[in-house]
Amino acid sequence: MSGQRTVSLRFPRPAPAWLKSLLMLVGLVIFNGVLFVFGGWKKNWIVAITANFVGVALVLEWMTAYVSARRLSAYERALSIGFPIAMLVAWELLVRGGVLSATWFPPPTKVARALWDLATEYDRFNKTSLLGRPWLIPQIYSQQGWAGVKALFAESHLWATLMRIFAGFIAGSIPGLIIGIAMGISRTMRVMLDPVISALYVIPKITILPLMMLIFTPFGETYKIVTVAISVFFVVLINTMAGVKGVEPILVEAGKNYGATGVRLFWHVIIPSALPVIFAGLRLALGTALIVIVAIEFVRAKSGVGYITWYYWEVLNPPKMYAGLIVIMLLGVVLTYGLMSVEGLLMPWQRRREQRQVIEVPEG
Amino acid sequence: MSKKITAYKVTKIFPSPRGQVVAVKDFSLEVEDGEFVCIVGPSGCGKSTFLRILAGLVPATCGTCAIHRSPDAPPGKPLNSVVFQEYAIFPWKTVRDNVAFGLQMRGVPKKERFRIAADWIQRVGLKDFADCYPHELSGGMKQRVSIARAFANDPEVLLMDEPLAALDAQTRAVMQEELLRIWESDRKTVVYITHSIDEAVLLGDRVILMTARPGTNKASFTVPFPRPRDLSLSSTAEFAQLTYGIWNLLQEEVHKTMEGRAR
Repeated sequence: MSGQRTVSLRFPRPAPAWLKSLLMLVGLVIFNGVLFVFGGWKKNWIVAITANFVGVALVLEWMTAYVSARRLSAYERALSIGFPIAMLVAWELLVRGGVLSATWFPPPTKVARALWDLATEYDRFNKTSLLGRPWLIPQIYSQQGWAGVKALFAESHLWATLMRIFAGFIAGSIPGLIIGIAMGISRTMRVMLDPVISALYVIPKITILPLMMLIFTPFGETYKIVTVAISVFFVVLINTMAGVKGVEPILVEAGKNYGATGVRLFWHVIIPSALPVIFAGLRLALGTALIVIVAIEFVRAKSGVGYITWYYWEVLNPPKMYAGLIVIMLLGVVLTYGLMSVEGLLMPWQRRREQRQVIEVPEG
Repeated sequence: MSKKITAYKVTKIFPSPRGQVVAVKDFSLEVEDGEFVCIVGPSGCGKSTFLRILAGLVPATCGTCAIHRSPDAPPGKPLNSVVFQEYAIFPWKTVRDNVAFGLQMRGVPKKERFRIAADWIQRVGLKDFADCYPHELSGGMKQRVSIARAFANDPEVLLMDEPLAALDAQTRAVMQEELLRIWESDRKTVVYITHSIDEAVLLGDRVILMTARPGTNKASFTVPFPRPRDLSLSSTAEFAQLTYGIWNLLQEEVHKTMEGRAR
């Protein structure tokens, strides 16, 4: 027993997280104070902001040592919500402090005010409004019936853009789905059509706008919707084809062996197997549709959220330009979420998989 | 006893840009009703190809191959159901819908097919997982679903293509016993492809040995052990003797395969 020797290894003990954090915070205060006193803060604001961000991020990371595993996801959620808010506050302060120009970067409060005005005002000159003044619906309906409500919708910029996206998206994705499925199933069709589709796919979609204006009249909605539809068509087609082509041959064989042929093989095996990729394509197509319609509205429309953003550039009203951007952003977010909820309904097996991953992250 | 499967001089030639590949050559097989036949051979010898021909998934180049209907079979009874090595269960269907799939395709009413599916799900020990999707199951559980799907379809013969090869050794041992138990309760005609001699002797009534590519009949062994069997059989001297005897013949073919690869 006494013959045994134990060797003990000594590791240098790291400084505790709270001490490091405290030193970092003190360091940041001194750093900012010195810069400020000597008048260098405003001149070197990019350096100062970067240093402060890195310092605070390090402190927040060290602080995770004191967050229990169960609270970790709540802590991370607080950070992901808190940081954007902190950014807005910083933006506000930078403009108020005269670091950023209020002309080009109107502070968030001003943008919010502009957004509110945009949503509630009625433009008498153009006879339009952003939302179509939905609060007037009950009153107008009792006075003028459905015709009046229709007129309210017609004056809405948001409604105009939405309708163009919907019409273009549906008109483009249905043929895209059909041809994509055909090309995915039939090798011969794929070999014949693939070079053409690949060549046309790389054309930036907005460049066909003049052509569409020539083919259809350059007035009204048709050429706008057709341009959106064509951009959607290619994205949906290529992804649908990839999804159908990528069906595992072994699953097709299993389907056939258990008696699924023709239409039943299609609905029970090929389509569900291709759905995730098809939906990835639809989501991409929705993003493309939004880009294309905003671009068209910039140059060739008297209504729509793209138009109002452009219009407020022409009349030099930056807060309302920002408000227009926010509306477009919200539109994109809402449409994407709408499509994702359809995805969840159509693909319950994927939904459960995603949920599980979300649960697994904090556990692991 | 009546013949269930008769395959006579089945040959499969795959065309390829660099010439033809003969996968199976003049392979013949007869299986009795209710018999469990295992086919063993070196890897790449065409045993899976033969099973796929038997299943009607690929056509034979020449030779004849038939699964015989039993005279009292109800109309619509399928000829065969395959248990694939890669499970091949549908990720978008729950365990219940996967097991009931064959019945659904045959137009069995929902209530009836769910009753049959529930019975088989219970028999393979997945009662609590009937509403789960495959991605929530382990490999062994997925293969149970695949086996239940085949049995629930109630075919004339079951064709199993290395069903346990993708599992780890411990799960495989458990699944072998389970397969024995399930099969002994419902003696269907089975053709079982494997590369494991132990597995073939443990499960089968007969072991057919195939040569290296092009695969053809090399030898046939009758497994004399009584049923019901379990894993303890594999620790007996008779078991070791039989498997060693088979291995003696098989290793020549394995060497041929390896030399063929080296060249």
